[in-house]
Amino acid sequence: MSPPADASLPLRLIGLGKAFRGHLGIGRTVAVEGLDLEVGPGQVFGLLGPNGAGKTTTLKMILGLLRPDTGEVRLFGESPSSPLARARLGYLPENPYFYDYLTAEEFLDFYGRLRGIPAARRRETVAAALHRVGLASRRATPLRKFSKGMVQRLGLAQAIQHDPDLVILDEPMSGLDPIGRREVRELIVGLKRAGKTVFFSSHILQDAEMVCDRVAILDRGRLRAMGRLQDMIAESAPWFEVAVRGPLPEDHGAEVLSQEGHEHLLRVGDEDALARLIDAVRGRGSRVVGIWPRRETLEDLFLRQVGHTPSGSSAREVRS
Amino acid sequence: MSQAPIAVPSAGAAIRAIALNTFREAIRDRVLYLLLVFAVIVIGVSRLLSLLTVGSEEKIIKDVGLSAISLFGVLTAVFVGVSLVFKEIERRTVYTLLANPVRRWQFVTGKFVGLLVVLALNVVLMFLALAVVLWWHGDSAWPLFPAILLILVELTVVTAYALLFSSLTNPILAAVWTFAVYVSGHLAWSLPLLKLKLPEGPSRLLCEAIYWVVPHLDDLSIKSEVVHGLPLPPGQVGVAALYGISYAALVLALGCLVFERKDFL
Repeated sequence: MSPPADASLPLRLIGLGKAFRGHLGIGRTVAVEGLDLEVGPGQVFGLLGPNGAGKTTTLKMILGLLRPDTGEVRLFGESPSSPLARARLGYLPENPYFYDYLTAEEFLDFYGRLRGIPAARRRETVAAALHRVGLASRRATPLRKFSKGMVQRLGLAQAIQHDPDLVILDEPMSGLDPIGRREVRELIVGLKRAGKTVFFSSHILQDAEMVCDRVAILDRGRLRAMGRLQDMIAESAPWFEVAVRGPLPEDHGAEVLSQEGHEHLLRVGDEDALARLIDAVRGRGSRVVGIWPRRETLEDLFLRQVGHTPSGSSAREVRS
Repeated sequence: MSQAPIAVPSAGAAIRAIALNTFREAIRDRVLYLLLVFAVIVIGVSRLLSLLTVGSEEKIIKDVGLSAISLFGVLTAVFVGVSLVFKEIERRTVYTLLANPVRRWQFVTGKFVGLLVVLALNVVLMFLALAVVLWWHGDSAWPLFPAILLILVELTVVTAYALLFSSLTNPILAAVWTFAVYVSGHLAWSLPLLKLKLPEGPSRLLCEAIYWVVPHLDDLSIKSEVVHGLPLPPGQVGVAALYGISYAALVLALGCLVFERKDFL
């Protein structure tokens, strides 16, 4: 039985699952399993995970390019197969490639037609979208002459051309230089300000940390954590890192993070422990040369959730 | 940007947009020109062939010309048709395209229509080249027109198959399968004769089944009639065209169905 459709909810995934058969039908690789997720209107939501975690598979199911084995996708309360639902979304694929025999203007005009934008308004939306991503001067350039960064910008232009309510971006910052990445972040923030919902996948955590309201961490096809970024990070208590020069006292009660000669980096849990450590260090005749209050970053959280394995190696082989 | 109402293109608008893009892709592709130039050269030198052969020069020019138009048309339909859908999938442009409020059958139909326009333009250009050569010989190309029409119908069938196979398999296999259909379609007339020579049993049934499944492209060829100026039975061109177009529509529908169910991995 289908859960009640909620047309105001831009995106809802209910028990979503997908597995792929291996070569010649032998073996089965689980790409996504039991994924439940909701993205409310106006949110910027980051789907994070190492390479091969199932992010692209999830996005393909959201777009209706892949049929889920289990569960379902609801876009504004409708199935992705409904053109009415897809009319309200804009999508940027990972490492996009567009028709290189078209010019930037022809390409956006083509997509404008596919979105049912009437001819009179199409010209206007094409110009506005190109201007917004800084490609206005390249409107008549064939795409085969575009650099990778320019193609990415054009991909963003097509994703926002029709003023969609939900913008889905697959690894939008990958392959961009620092300026390009900042521009993409600004664009996401701009969309949020305009009341749009943004759902994007990334394995670059700083990007997510800067723009996301909520994140979900996906690993090996399963949801490891989800929530408001501040809440998830605040769940862990803050701590202090302390640099000490000189021999350490016997009973310092701190965790030694690193040691080089008489230079030590220590970690203590709270202010009382910090005060005791400072007293003990002074009593031993050594010096405290630095104290830094620390809070868990998204990266710490991420590594904790995906089990401290470097990106990629932790994931089962998944076709994406 | 101002707030836009939720807009969905009509089926006609979506198909037109995809057809236009397909047309642009094909006419900006060098392969098309290569085939076209080669075809025009063949038509141009058909006069040389006519000098080497016994018989009426004009008839040989017409015969070679019509064969060249049919063959190069089929080559274009197969190579361009097969690569069109495959390229969209391979380069993943189809992902962004299908994320739009466009239905998959509209995508396949748009590709089909766009390619047909390219083929029609191709055939018209080749026909003009043939007409010029014939005019030079003081003959008219006009009587060949019904044959040209049926060549277009034949290309419609071949294009529908090219799209069906390219939604199912890789381009090389799709091209091989499409050619196989083309060849067996032209040999369909021989299948009833073959059946009579086969023993009762599965092989005979298979022969019968193939006869019913393959398109009877030989029925669409009236080359010898128009070249030799033989009378055509009334209504033959119309019935053949109707048959070919209905057959192509069925294959196209099957292609849409296959594409509709496809998972893009």
